[in-house]
Amino acid sequence: MMNKLWAFFIIIGITFAIFSGNIDIINKEIIEYPNEIFNIFISMVPLMVIWSGIMNIAKDAGLLNKISKFMSPLFKIIFPDIPKGHESLDYIASNLTINMLGIHNASTPFGLKAMKSLNELNKNKEEASRSMITFLVLNTSGVTIIATDILAIRSMYNATNPTDILLVTIIGTIITTFVALILDRIFYYFKGR
Amino acid sequence: MNLVKIGNLIIPIVVLLIIIYALRKKVKIYDSFIIGAKEGLELAISVLPYLVAMLFATNILLKSNILNYVFDIFSPVIDFFKIPKEILPMALVRSISGNASFAVMVDLIKNFGPDSYIGRIASAIQGSTDTTIYVLSLYFGSIGIKKIKYSLWVGLLTDLTCLIVSIILVSFVFGNF
Repeated sequence: MMNKLWAFFIIIGITFAIFSGNIDIINKEIIEYPNEIFNIFISMVPLMVIWSGIMNIAKDAGLLNKISKFMSPLFKIIFPDIPKGHESLDYIASNLTINMLGIHNASTPFGLKAMKSLNELNKNKEEASRSMITFLVLNTSGVTIIATDILAIRSMYNATNPTDILLVTIIGTIITTFVALILDRIFYYFKGR
Repeated sequence: MNLVKIGNLIIPIVVLLIIIYALRKKVKIYDSFIIGAKEGLELAISVLPYLVAMLFATNILLKSNILNYVFDIFSPVIDFFKIPKEILPMALVRSISGNASFAVMVDLIKNFGPDSYIGRIASAIQGSTDTTIYVLSLYFGSIGIKKIKYSLWVGLLTDLTCLIVSIILVSFVFGNF
């Protein structure tokens, strides 16, 4: 799927650009954009390093385990395939908690660790497991309680009340996440097994 | 306004709480941080190829301008549902690139104002979902998963749900139609 999607983006993009006379821009993008990607990467690294460090402290202190114990009744329903007390649940809990606080880049190390840990339970290492998909669906649906960056932009452009949108994003994120989990179940029963 | 300030408090307080808690549990915090940081560096380097691959391809698609033509195809549909068509670019880009959709949101807020119907919907869409293709390619890529099964469909349908829910909620809460 990733192979097809990747090819699809590039083929469609370049072909369309050729026919619409847009190819100069694409040419420039192909040559110059890698620099920008590198900058994005470089700005990501310290953040990932720092949060991995902090995460490790939290893990050694038993804090991650505590968070996941707190969430475990919910996890039993959402992730029926993960055995109780499995390490992956600690990472999933931390990833979701940090996402809720709106620190998306900081949650990435936890998420990647969760995936690694889930893959230990996975029978076919090249195929996504049910739990992995559920976890990523939760991530893409973006369980955010406080979207800090959006509030910043809204106040920058003088919103009368920059935070009035929170009511909408919080209810929105809850409904969206709920629908996402239901869709995930439906697809699992019809296509996953 | 002060939720903005509270927002700025969250990260420092999380860090502070973790460190105080760890000290009370007698964790050697500095050593522990270094071990984790090393792992983080390896993690970051291991995701670089996936990041490059994904940003490269999505950038070509975005810059080819094809999405503008896709808008035209969809415009009768959105006219029918009375959705402001300024929102469409954002809705389409939201699943592909978080940075691009953030830029579109900033643009819409700048042009229509943060308290406008459009500005609010844009904020809601940006805030209620995350970038499906980014998340899937990075996370699955990092552990070498090749078959991602139905996850893409669930992710994209979720984004569509988010769009619909955002529009309905903004109309309902701020009463604009």
